[in-house]
Formats: sequence, structure tokens, C-alpha cells
Amino acid sequence: MRRAKTLLSTLFVAATLGVAAPAFAQNPIQADGVNPMGARPTADSVNEEFLFKQSDKIQGRISIPDRKAANLIQPQGREYQNFREGWLPWIGALAILGMIAALGLFFLFRGRIKMEHSQESGKKILRFNAFERFTHWMTATCFIILSLSGLNYIFGKRLLMPLIGPDAFGALAQWAKYSHVYLAWPFMLGVAFMFVLWIKDNIPNKIDIAWLKAGGGLIGRGHPHAARFNAGQKGVFWMVAGFGAAMSVTGLMMIFPFALTDINGMQVMQVVHSVIGIVFIAGILAHIYIGSLGMEGAYDAMGSGKVDLAWARAHHDLWVEQEQARTASGPQLKGHPAPAE
Amino acid sequence: MARMKFLCDADRCIECNACVTACKNEHEVPWGINRRRVVTLNDGKPGERSVSMACMHCTDAPCAAVCPVNCFYTTADAVVLHSKDICIGCGYCFYACPFGAPQYPRVGNFGSRGKMDKCTYCSGGPEPDFSTAEYEKYGSNRLAEGKLPLCAEMCSTKALLAGDGEMIAEIYKQRVIKRGYGSGAWGWKTAYRETVAI
Repeated sequence: MRRAKTLLSTLFVAATLGVAAPAFAQNPIQADGVNPMGARPTADSVNEEFLFKQSDKIQGRISIPDRKAANLIQPQGREYQNFREGWLPWIGALAILGMIAALGLFFLFRGRIKMEHSQESGKKILRFNAFERFTHWMTATCFIILSLSGLNYIFGKRLLMPLIGPDAFGALAQWAKYSHVYLAWPFMLGVAFMFVLWIKDNIPNKIDIAWLKAGGGLIGRGHPHAARFNAGQKGVFWMVAGFGAAMSVTGLMMIFPFALTDINGMQVMQVVHSVIGIVFIAGILAHIYIGSLGMEGAYDAMGSGKVDLAWARAHHDLWVEQEQARTASGPQLKGHPAPAE
Repeated sequence: MARMKFLCDADRCIECNACVTACKNEHEVPWGINRRRVVTLNDGKPGERSVSMACMHCTDAPCAAVCPVNCFYTTADAVVLHSKDICIGCGYCFYACPFGAPQYPRVGNFGSRGKMDKCTYCSGGPEPDFSTAEYEKYGSNRLAEGKLPLCAEMCSTKALLAGDGEMIAEIYKQRVIKRGYGSGAWGWKTAYRETVAI
């Protein structure tokens, strides 16, 4: 009985298959998995090697509303890792320590550049008005905090973390990060103000070439002609304007991540922001040196705003002449200086 | 000790997204964060494959390397974990991660993304095992219970494999030999600097 049932069912299956046989011919998948096109849809598939030949990263379709998630593999992350952990600490240490060493050597060699006295010594001339000084110090304060909190991203875990422990360092780094993000705004405003305030005195001209040929006031011993800003100061102005703009653009891209660019763009922004930031810090170190320790009388310009007339005539003779011609008198304590108007 | 890895057999993955759902439910992952996701390659074209991807728990993990506050650590099972107490939400780990694993509660918000969140290989965080603090920050700790990650455990086609790297590589190797094809161990070269030799 059981056997008969099995036999029956076998026959039934055979009959069904027999009836279905013509339909089989139309089924595109044959027994060995090869379709009439000669392809094997089950076995043949995309693979990593093939996709990496087409593009430098593997992207697909994703069902969640996050376009970044459609990136399956981006090996550029490893390159970013190599830069940030391999190159960046060395670039940073060399640029900043190198600049400090260079300034130290310069100080030992040249010493503090002394004020030269003349009969005009003791009289004062207004060099930067209150708004100019406010703008300068707002930007400078932001810059110092941005520099320290920026360097903390690179060197904090190497220098500070072993000293104060992970928890204290984590809290500090959190505040450093907030200050970096929020002080970026007054910094950008300050750079924009300075650009507008001082650009007309910073257009390079022939006087600058002569000034540079004479070695300026830093290397050379004489006092080549200079207007309100000499070629060196113009260099600082354009460095702040250029690097400030670059830092602003790359920084904004990081404050609003993925708004305008993809993952690789974000990595580039990071690299540019960090390298320019380091060069910027090194450059500003030189600016701080010459404006304070390096030259007697220079700090007053941004301190009280009033500089010694003898100093002004030595370093910015053309500007003093221009100022005096405007008011037809000597020292101009009460009058407004030209550039601020 | 085992060297824990993930391997997604893309020839088996049917893009059901159950691994994604299971992960979200197991760890009560907040809205907007996906610790695991399924990416479909060559969608609608011949050779289409789907790959389930999360943190691969890399060897020499890029996230851990670039972290400015060193909040990452690697467990004895080679699982890459992090401390949300130390994380400052700078976003660098996302730029470095080859697999897009790190997630943040907010995208930008003036740079205050919040603490990074990512796949923990179902093994919690630095807090004591099974503590409320651990669960709230990192989700459940299945590894401490002697269980493997839920995404792989409940995968209906057993496409997603989790476990000791050598063991899952061997399982995958056997599959490829038996069926005669395999699209490879996705991401292994980038994550572990080695792939499954067949």
C-alpha cells in the first residue's frame, strides 16, 4: 500500500514535469545557472577589486535618508589617518618650534632694535585710533585662543593628556572645542574689519621694493622710506587677509559639515585648515615678536595708539609727512588719523 | 583571545534590513543614528549585491588614531570601543573611518554634534558590565553575556557573520568552495589589511 502510494506520487511528479517541460525552455535560468545571455546571475557579481578600479571609493544605494551612509568603503580614511597622525605633528612641531628658534637666534644676534632719539622725541602722534585698536585686539585675542585650542587638537593628547589625565583633559578639550567653534565668529568679523580698515594703506607699490632691497628695518641698519605700512607690515596684512580667508572658508565647511562637500572634501578641508593654521601661527609669532620684544617703541602703536614722533619719522617717514601736511602742524594728539575716517 | 570581526557574505544578503532593525531595537539607538546599515551596490543592474556594514573594528583603527582626545580603546577581543565621557564630538573619526561608522546625534549645530555613537560589537563601553550607565550610553552588552552581536545572530540568511576572525573566514571559505563563487569579504582589506584567501 505504502509502495503503491510512493509509486503513484512519483508518477504524478513525472507527469507534472512532463507537462511543464515546454515551459522550462522559456525559463531564462538553466540548470547550471547560466542564462541565455551567457551570464551567471547568481555567481557573477560586483566585487571590491572591480569597484575600486572604477572609483576610489565604493558607493551604493541606501534606504535611510542620509546620503553619507551610501558610502560603503572609503579607503581615503586611511590616508587621512596617515596625514593627521604621521605628518601633521611633525609639520606643526617643526614650523612652530622652528619659528621660535629662529626668533630666539635673531634676538641673540640683533638684540632689541632700539629707538633712535631726535629732537622730536617725547612728542606723540596717533597711529591707531580706538576702533582700530579694538578690532586688532578682538582679532588677536580670538587668534590666541583659536591657536591654543587648535593646537590642542594635534598636541593635546600628546603633551597635556599624560599630565592631567583623560577625564580632566576630556573636559578641557570640550571647552577648547566650544571656544574654537564660537570664537571663530568674532575672529572672522575682526579679519573682515581689518581688511576694510587697512587695505588702502596696504596696496604694494614701488616704495616697498626699495624697502625690501634695503633690508627693511629688521635686517638693514638704515631706515628706508615707508608710508603708513612698510613692506613687512603689508606682508603681515596680506597674510592675515589670505590665511584668515582660507581658515574661515575651511573652518565654516567644518562647522557645517557635508553642506557643500562629501567625505573626501571634508578630509581636504581638514588638511588645509590644519596646515595653514600652523603656518599662520608661526607667522603671527614673528608679528608678535617684532611688535613687542623685537622693537622698542613699536608696541605703543597698538597699546596706547600713540607712538613717539621720532620713532614714527624713522620708520614711517612718508606717513608722518602726510599726516602733518593734512593738519599743518606737528604732533597730532587730538586730531583724527587719516585711515580711520 | 578571539579576534572579533564581521564578515558580510554579499551573495547571501537579501537586503531585508533586519540587522539594522535588530541593532536599533537592542540598543535603543536614538533617531537619526544607524549603527548598522545595508548598502546596495549596482542597484538594479546585473551583479547587484547588498552589503550590511557597521564598524568593522579595524586593526590599527583610523578613528582611534585620529581622535584628538584618545577616547578609543581596544578590548582583549580586539573590539574598538570608545568613551562618551571623553569624546568631544569633533567629527574627525567620521572623516577617518573608511566605513562611515561613527554617528552623531546632530549633524552640525555649530560644531556641537554631541557625543559620537557607533557599533560596540554588542559589548557596551567602559562602564561596568550590565550597568544602567553602560546601557544608556552604549546599549546592551551581549558579549559579556557570552553572546555574539545580535545583527549577525538573527540574520535570516546567515549572510552576516560575527565571531573570531579565523572562524568566520573558515565558514566563508567553505561556503565559497561549496557553491563555487563568492564576492569576497567586503572591507577586510581596508579594515584588517588582509582578506580571506580562497
